[in-house]
Amino acid sequence: MGRAYDIVRIARSGSRPTGADYIRGIFSPFIELHGDRRFADDPAIFAGIGILGGQAVTVIAIDKGHDTEERTRRHFGAPEPEGYRKALRLMKQAEKFHRPIVTFIDTSGAYCGVDAEERGQGEAIAESIMEMIDLDTPTIAILIGEGGSGGALALGAADRVWMMENAVYSVISPEGCASILWKDAAKAADAADGLRLTADDALSFGIAEEVISEDGLGGKAFYARLGEKIERELRELAEQKDLRQARYERFRSFGRKYTERR
Amino acid sequence: MPSLKFLFKPQNELEKRGRKTAPLYGEPEKTCPNCHRTLTISTLEKTTGVCSCGYHFRMGARERLDFIADKDSFYELFADIASSDPLSFPGYQEKLRKAENASGSKESVVTGTCTIGGEKCALFIMDPLFMMGSMGAATGEKITRLFEYATGNDLPVVGFTVSGGARMQEGMLSLMQMAATSAAVRRHGSKGLFYLTVLTDPTTGGVTASFAMEGDIIMAEPGATVGFAGARVVEQTTRQPLPKGFQTAESMLEHGFIDTIVPRKDEKEAIRLLLALHRRDHGKGL
Repeated sequence: MGRAYDIVRIARSGSRPTGADYIRGIFSPFIELHGDRRFADDPAIFAGIGILGGQAVTVIAIDKGHDTEERTRRHFGAPEPEGYRKALRLMKQAEKFHRPIVTFIDTSGAYCGVDAEERGQGEAIAESIMEMIDLDTPTIAILIGEGGSGGALALGAADRVWMMENAVYSVISPEGCASILWKDAAKAADAADGLRLTADDALSFGIAEEVISEDGLGGKAFYARLGEKIERELRELAEQKDLRQARYERFRSFGRKYTERR
Repeated sequence: MPSLKFLFKPQNELEKRGRKTAPLYGEPEKTCPNCHRTLTISTLEKTTGVCSCGYHFRMGARERLDFIADKDSFYELFADIASSDPLSFPGYQEKLRKAENASGSKESVVTGTCTIGGEKCALFIMDPLFMMGSMGAATGEKITRLFEYATGNDLPVVGFTVSGGARMQEGMLSLMQMAATSAAVRRHGSKGLFYLTVLTDPTTGGVTASFAMEGDIIMAEPGATVGFAGARVVEQTTRQPLPKGFQTAESMLEHGFIDTIVPRKDEKEAIRLLLALHRRDHGKGL
């Protein structure tokens, strides 16, 4: 018991590479693009266009930042509605120019605040999911740390979903779950077990296709290996017919598989 | 053509007094949380759960169905789809049994087809009596199937939402329902079909962040809580008092996320009109 919660702690660790690190490690050259063209630029979303294996790719990451200054600026990787709208703008742009999309997800959840609510956090996530799942271009989503609820799924409705071996994907934080169910946040470790939120769990449910080894995490060889893997997968996806239908079926299947008729 | 009071704003004290816990219509409590008047169940039945001060009590799905669908027009679909407790989550089976008894349904949403004021549609009604309308895999599956059915049969969809969000006890499988339902809504819309959502108290979390906010037209009941993060969580995170009327339908209307607030007594007529306006003949003869 408690193994899952250990993984949650690792997933949250400040020493892990952030979303921007992955992008800079894998895509070269890379140009960052800003803004949602509606209201603001959300620094929690780090995004732009990069080259991988001679192919232009739109890349979008949730970035938690490294030092205190950067973490505050990026509000700890909790995107505001403008972040999701920026991501969506760039995804639609990628579709227009027939570029594949890769997202790197690492968030405890969408930004929680009065302003974010009033500017339609729920609507921004809903629209992002609905549009992303129907994009006419190949998409890969990689969970690199925390996959916190709808705020993570907003960038996760992809053809392929991969998880780093110490990443987690959950509908609620173990602490939140424990305090709601058992009125005791100290039971977070039990909740983490119950929620089945590890990469291996996701793999067994079919929610993730692959668990990525963290050998040499953040090093040159690590990024080279992951880059090659992404490149290969994008090439395969580009040749696949009826990508949108397959993606629909992919997300459609869980409700069929994990319910019963009685 | 009948005129509707669009942009209706309720003349009650809800916003001034802030949020109160809201008893379910049908429970033994009969005190209005807004004006503190004591109401008998028979009075509430006559007013479809609306106090004379304007406060809208929550309503079970079956009860709402009787009120909103034309008599004997409802044909229930997918009633046998239920949770399989996929994570074997501690204590969950017992909760499901209790919810089934309280609601009379096997999941937190009732789905089917009906006519509303003579207009044919596919209908889903979420149920506050079933774990406060939380979305499990079976909830998502039923709603997804309803959209697929409506897409195949050229029907508009009317959906009443009430939800505490995605269901914790089904972990990431409930989370995936946000994607499944959104995809089905998208396909339905791509065929030029109309989707109307009616947000009722409370519509929050993963339901707000998926199909509740994806309607072509979004209607809400007066005073309904509508938001993504829970108000208490926002308060604890920001350590600031919440502004008056925070996360109410009225405030969401002001911020541009809801088309119109319609009191329950006018709801059926408003839905009928909107369905008629979106017929393939563009509402000819209205």
